[in-house]
Amino acid sequence: MGRRGHKMPQETLLKVSNIDVFYGGLQALRDISLTVELGEIVAIIGANGAGKSTLLNAISGMVHPVKGSIEYDGKNIATLEPFQIVALGICQVPEAGRVFPNMTVLDNLIIGSYNHNARPKREQNLKSVYQHFPILEERKKQLGKTLSGGERQMLAIGRGLMSDPKLMLFDEMSLGLSPIVINELYRVLRGIRARGITVILVEQNVRRSLKEADRAYILEAGQVALSGNVEELREEEKVKKAYFGA
Amino acid sequence: MNLDVLTGLATPIAMGILLGGLYALIALGLSLVFGVMKLINIAHGDLVLLSSYLAFTIMTSLGIDPILSLVIGMPVLFVVGFAIQRYLLNRAFRISMEAPLIIAFGISIILQNLYQIVWTPLSRGLTTSYALESFGVGGIRIPLVYLLDFIVAIVVMIFLREFLRRTYLGKAISAASQDRGASQLMGINTNRVYAFAFAIAMVFAAIAGVFLGLTFPFTPQSGVSFLIIAFGVVVLGGLGSIVGTFIGGLVMGLAQTLGGYFLGAAAQMLVAYLIVLIVLGARPRGLLGR
Repeated sequence: MGRRGHKMPQETLLKVSNIDVFYGGLQALRDISLTVELGEIVAIIGANGAGKSTLLNAISGMVHPVKGSIEYDGKNIATLEPFQIVALGICQVPEAGRVFPNMTVLDNLIIGSYNHNARPKREQNLKSVYQHFPILEERKKQLGKTLSGGERQMLAIGRGLMSDPKLMLFDEMSLGLSPIVINELYRVLRGIRARGITVILVEQNVRRSLKEADRAYILEAGQVALSGNVEELREEEKVKKAYFGA
Repeated sequence: MNLDVLTGLATPIAMGILLGGLYALIALGLSLVFGVMKLINIAHGDLVLLSSYLAFTIMTSLGIDPILSLVIGMPVLFVVGFAIQRYLLNRAFRISMEAPLIIAFGISIILQNLYQIVWTPLSRGLTTSYALESFGVGGIRIPLVYLLDFIVAIVVMIFLREFLRRTYLGKAISAASQDRGASQLMGINTNRVYAFAFAIAMVFAAIAGVFLGLTFPFTPQSGVSFLIIAFGVVVLGGLGSIVGTFIGGLVMGLAQTLGGYFLGAAAQMLVAYLIVLIVLGARPRGLLGR
């Protein structure tokens, strides 16, 4: 049950089972398992190098696990390529946004709708992205590289929404941004969830992510150290000590 | 300066600009492949030459005009380009950055030897009725094909620019060239996009090959000189930029004709490459490089 008290029928959207991932000869993930229910916000927390981004990249198909399975909507996607995974409705908003610097804001958004399932809904999705981020409509003819850090992150999120996702993965969405911008991004995140999109959030801002998410997984050295509802985790001594300095 | 020197200079300047268009056309495919795949395609000149020989054979055996023969030449080079990227280079990219370079080198050697066997080492040309015509403007005579080269180059460059801007595939090529990983996360099959980019670069090579053949004679070794010209153009203009390629072509063309005018025909390419060297010293990323 989520802390906001909405009880929805539990339906597993993503089930990662016992995956091992190697990255440049080193083992980045060790026997990781994780489930995400439809409509949830799940946070993944951990120190630098704990394997958070690698986990997102494994789900996105950018790296392939050598062991274990990743089931999405009942289908094993562990061996699929990123473009196939995007077409299934999983979209990652990468760290720092990585918008295309020499393309206009509008072209960045159009590229988001590249997969064949998203193309027919392009105009409709563009309208809703502009509703979430009116600034993107104002700047639609500007090049990506002319945007501020916060605007780039908004564009990256908008570009992700253009792919018509059912599951969105956010990698360090608020890194290096001002509190005002971060609040704005989280407001949109709640809007995204309200549209029925499931969210996995990788965050270095533990306090914030434990406030916004329903459940969280804490990674240490490529393994799941702790997991549970955010209310429980906030009370957990280990978490308090490591992340809240108490 | 008296008027005689000025009218004397008018010819090399006009010829240099028109020739520059042709040079930009040769370099366009090289620039596109580098911009997208970060690969210096050593076989580019030989692939341009493939189109010249194809047009030569179609012209001599079927009597079809070389420009018209592009209806066959462009699809042939498209397929050759797609296959090279899809079945050779994409696999090689997985091994290392050097592997595709070595494969391109291999393709270059194979093609040169193929040309020797099939078309003999003799010098060939696409000699048509209009290839030798010229017209007069303000007291200087311009060969018709030079003007044709220039116009075609401009049309092709505008086409490429619009293609990259307006189509999904064009935008995907731009996206993949700017950030490969991010483009994959946006649902782009980069291997497929690379194959299309290489295929499109080869269509430009096909056009360049025919107009080169109309302008200059060629032998099985001409690919190397085409590559060196294209490389100079691309280095001058900054790799991966269309406008830069055009300007690079103009500089190379002018350096060659003016160098020839002042220092004699033997010094033509020397002057062109001295300019490449000077520009690289002053602006390592090319004239328009960021």
